[in-house]
Amino acid sequence: MSSESLPISGLAGLETKPRPTWIEVLHEWLVTVDHKKLGIMYIVYALVFLVVGGVEATILRIQLAIPHAHFVSPQVFNRMFTMHGTTMIFFVAMPVLFGFANYLVPLMIGARDMAFPRLNAFSFWLTAFGGLLLYFSFLGGDGLYGAGSTPDVGWWAYAPLTSVAFSRGHSTDYWTISLLVSGFGTIGTAVNIVATVLSMRCPGMTLGKMPLLVWLNLVMSGMLLFTITPLTAAQLMLMIDRYMGGHFFDTQAGGSAAIWMHFFWIFGHPEVYVLIIPCFAFVSEIVPVFSRKPIFGYPIMVAATVCIGFVSLSVWAHHMYTIGMTSYENAFFVLTTLAVGVPTGIKIFNWLGTMWGGKIRYELPMMWCLGFLFQFLIAGLTGIMLGAAPFDWQLGNSYFVVAHFHYVIVGGILFALFGAFYYWFPKITGKMLDKKLGHWHFWLFLFGFHMTFDFMHIPGLLGMPRRIYTYEAGRGWAIWNLIVTIGVFFQAVAVLMFVFNMIHSYFRGRVAGNDPWDAWTLEWATSSPPPEYNFAVIPEVKSRRPLWDLKHPEDPDWKYE
Amino acid sequence: MRSTTWAVLAGALFSRLAPAEASLPTNIFAPVSTPAQLVHGLSLFVLTVTGVIFVVVFSLLAYSAIKFRRRPDDDGREPFQIYGSDQLELAWTVIPIIIVMVLFLTSARVIHTVQDARKPKSAIDVTVVGHQFWWEFRYPQYGFVTANELHVPVSDPKHPTPTYLKLLSADTDHSFWVPRLAGKTDLIPNHPNEMWIDPHETGLFLGQCAQYCGTQHAKMLLRVYVQSREDFDAWVRSQQQAPAPVSPGDAAAGQRVFQSTACINCHAVSGTNANGKFGPDLTHLMSRSTIASGAVPNTPANLRGWIGNPETFKPGSLMPAMNLTPKELDEVTTYLLTLH
Repeated sequence: MSSESLPISGLAGLETKPRPTWIEVLHEWLVTVDHKKLGIMYIVYALVFLVVGGVEATILRIQLAIPHAHFVSPQVFNRMFTMHGTTMIFFVAMPVLFGFANYLVPLMIGARDMAFPRLNAFSFWLTAFGGLLLYFSFLGGDGLYGAGSTPDVGWWAYAPLTSVAFSRGHSTDYWTISLLVSGFGTIGTAVNIVATVLSMRCPGMTLGKMPLLVWLNLVMSGMLLFTITPLTAAQLMLMIDRYMGGHFFDTQAGGSAAIWMHFFWIFGHPEVYVLIIPCFAFVSEIVPVFSRKPIFGYPIMVAATVCIGFVSLSVWAHHMYTIGMTSYENAFFVLTTLAVGVPTGIKIFNWLGTMWGGKIRYELPMMWCLGFLFQFLIAGLTGIMLGAAPFDWQLGNSYFVVAHFHYVIVGGILFALFGAFYYWFPKITGKMLDKKLGHWHFWLFLFGFHMTFDFMHIPGLLGMPRRIYTYEAGRGWAIWNLIVTIGVFFQAVAVLMFVFNMIHSYFRGRVAGNDPWDAWTLEWATSSPPPEYNFAVIPEVKSRRPLWDLKHPEDPDWKYE
Repeated sequence: MRSTTWAVLAGALFSRLAPAEASLPTNIFAPVSTPAQLVHGLSLFVLTVTGVIFVVVFSLLAYSAIKFRRRPDDDGREPFQIYGSDQLELAWTVIPIIIVMVLFLTSARVIHTVQDARKPKSAIDVTVVGHQFWWEFRYPQYGFVTANELHVPVSDPKHPTPTYLKLLSADTDHSFWVPRLAGKTDLIPNHPNEMWIDPHETGLFLGQCAQYCGTQHAKMLLRVYVQSREDFDAWVRSQQQAPAPVSPGDAAAGQRVFQSTACINCHAVSGTNANGKFGPDLTHLMSRSTIASGAVPNTPANLRGWIGNPETFKPGSLMPAMNLTPKELDEVTTYLLTLH
């Protein structure tokens, strides 16, 4: 690839348009099919729900800070943990990751848009509508005559708690339909990402030369096609049960509660990998750039991801060790669950190999990624404990498991996401995020995270089950719960500083330039923010690091790959 | 960042604290029954293995993060570009596979030992029925029913008398969890399960429902009294007897109120026409130390308050307030106090 063909935006079109009115801007965003605008909308939408879900978490933690607290009623508490879980998984984690995938995948493969831009817009609006529908239950859960109630069946909504006998009114229907609707959006986006990656890559970019981020999002999308389907099927069956006299999960009429668990978790566990794989993707882009070395063992990283994709489809029943499966079934799921740790471990070692011998620049994206590496290690190890079925008979459904998956989701996914925000914000907005505020955000959040989720393991070991709105004094749980609750406030302040930082830097931030991190993938070749058409000239690549080749013509990558 | 180490420390520390059961009555690291002890043994092994992995990987990460940081006097040149190493990849694939196999085999052994244990003839049978939000205990060998407080005999390892629990549910999913006796097993409607315990010590062991079952999941508490064989047999005999007829006066008046209101739709008192099955059997109510599934101690004042308005102790409980007059409340309370 020669430097002349490097697309620099601004060369293509210098026409200046008159400043649009706000109604034109609104219209533009509502009807847009541009992958970058849709990506930004996904991200902003997810951030709004992050704050909402965070408020719900704070309510839960205030109630649990001391024994016999009366901050909220048991009914409200149960609604809050249901909404917190549902919101964070379906309307924060998935949209924000789709947002980044939408924004970055076409840029990184040198394409001008996704394969199906209209499907892309449709999927976003379905997801958005799903979230709004879920929250409309605050008004409409009891029907319009009542005061309203929100779903209170837990985010996995075990049967038969969702049957008409135990869940009157419409709160469960809001839960069901909102996930059904956003699930269709998810499938649309997954199809779109697969099609884009397979058919829109720029000349020279074979599958083996794609950036890891693209590979990992391809695997994630492929997994979604398998995992959203059973969830959608289960939601439909639940609707049939509730409104058409079906008895799939209606135990009073001979239905099976266990079959719902299977349907839910064959979605639910791969879902964890659906969320973490794009975060592996962020780390796999950020760590090399800040260590100044290519990713260690690229083919193995791809193979390990594909391997995780397959194996994770066979581990779901480790959420069900206590439902009375036979010893052989339990042993099978122990084996598959532990086996998934092998490719995951390989990834950690390869990131380590990437850092080894490098010159690590401790900019904010790298700091978040380092936090990710340490915390994900711990989350993986507590995962091994939970994967050993007998240990899980004690730990399952206790606060230990709550601490474990928050270590994955907050310590892993959210840390990698914050890293991604600091890394790509300059590309998306053209402005750098403020460094000083960023450091405050990092250190406060790190402190709060460890205060909350390290200590949360202990009440689990001491026999405290999850989803209880209050507990007795004298069980040895109180002090740990208090510490956990205090940690939440550090995290809340940190997140608010982050939100402020984004708004502040968007208007007042330092101008970033095209390539502030001296990075190597194609998105840094175009302007910040990229023009609507991404690249004035479709680039041509010869290696996995086209910008490295460009910057080091004497020592290009393609000689070694 | 050190929670795994903490878990190890916690394991060691809390095991030491085990005899002082009152301070940490539901500590999983203080087992007193074979299933819990087997899990405990496995957990220490898993904690050791994960602890070693943690120390090794943490050190490597910390070392490379510090050692390979860019120095202030950096010459600005890019470091040596390394793309991978097949030997290393092979090493960090094979070693984890070996660890996985070891952990799998140890887990499978414990799974088999606990789940496929043969039931001895001397075993006590108890049928546990989970209800929103209380526990029903049926003793089919002895022919009586009680609630919320399970009594089992201590099991001498030489002459084991384990208790086999058949787990059923009347409504939603529940989970039976008494951490010091065994891991949890779910009670799922239409899906009978079984678990067993063989406590080696007498005493009171606490637990609670561990599967979200509705509004009052939090106050679906469990008390297991492990008694010497003699005490257990005596308790069984007392439970088998019908309560003595009430003497005339307030108690008789209370019984009339009890039997003429909706109380008997849900509650049973053997020997009377109260035979409801929806709520706890009250035949020997006063032999229990708590009411409302462990929510409050069984004192006359609490009993009166509970009958007057269950919402005060347990909002969302399925027992309705019967709107009794204060006089009727007193009488019913007096009646219930006779149910020894």
